[in-house]
Amino acid sequence: MRRFSALMCVLILAAAAGAVAAFLILRIWVVLRSRDFMPRESLSILVVAGSGGHTTEILRLLGSLSNAYSPRHYVIADTDEMSANKINSFELDRADRDPSNMYTKYYIHRIPRSREVRQSWPSTVFTTLHSMWLSFPLIHQVKPDLVLCNGPGTCVPICVSALLLGILGIKKVIIVYVESVCRVETLSLSGKILFHLSDYFIVQWPALKEKYPKSVYLGRIV
Amino acid sequence: MKCMFVTVGTTSFDDLIACVSAPDSLQKIESLGYNRLILQIGRGTVVPETFSTESFTLDVYRYKDSLKEDIRKADLVISHAGAGSCLEALEKGKPLVVVINEKLMNSHQLELAKQLHKESHLFYCTCSTLRHCTPAW
Repeated sequence: MRRFSALMCVLILAAAAGAVAAFLILRIWVVLRSRDFMPRESLSILVVAGSGGHTTEILRLLGSLSNAYSPRHYVIADTDEMSANKINSFELDRADRDPSNMYTKYYIHRIPRSREVRQSWPSTVFTTLHSMWLSFPLIHQVKPDLVLCNGPGTCVPICVSALLLGILGIKKVIIVYVESVCRVETLSLSGKILFHLSDYFIVQWPALKEKYPKSVYLGRIV
Repeated sequence: MKCMFVTVGTTSFDDLIACVSAPDSLQKIESLGYNRLILQIGRGTVVPETFSTESFTLDVYRYKDSLKEDIRKADLVISHAGAGSCLEALEKGKPLVVVINEKLMNSHQLELAKQLHKESHLFYCTCSTLRHCTPAW
């Protein structure tokens, strides 16, 4: 009799686990598929600024951004002072060039880096999980309409957190990934991961468009 | 006053800095008619001494808010293969030699350098082949 009720418990637990898994998969599928974007007057944008060249590239991308994209939230790695300086210069320049830009707000947020240059791959798994643990609260707090990123490791936990926001039914966040102009023939690791998770995946060279027909190719945009 | 500008962006590229600032390299640079060499060394640990003689000046610094001025003044730019550095130099119409850092992970920088070279925008090489890149100099 006891063995029977133990078996029943296991079966019920397995069924429950299966149901939760099925529900999650369904939610992921629904969120990744949904393309019904309502036209809006303004979009809050979260920009992931990886270090060095990534920040330079993404700021070049934002050069002609209209005021409709505000407020702007920048996310940088906590060890990255260079990017903070570049962002501040960029925003000041923007305000100088066009006084109507003066009142659009921007914020800089810091999270731990997923991976240092030349860090070993096994330790990268741990630091990435740690970054995820810290990036979800940030995404949850900011609830951006759109996340824009261009490839540094920092962007994976952020985009996964944004996706999670959708899966949990809190908010659908549009994820736009622009592969770095350095990537001519092959995608970066972040690109390979986010190709399947982003709403718009933009490449800057024709060879990549051929390999990934679902991507968007607009020529060089930085 | 011919000026050569070497930039490594925000990275550390000791091999390049060491190669360019070696005494025989400096001699060669001067013999090619350059009076000024500016080294932007980023996070590097190799820090050559700045000096100034009648005929030649060597400037060294880590970072500036913007490299636009130094690129504008340069007659030749030697750069690491970062996209930002390459684009900035090419936009100013400067002759560009890109040096690939073989010690970086899977050297994806090579892809961009190769492509831009194919389209005749720059020359590329490694530290060991830099000295042979004379047509560019």
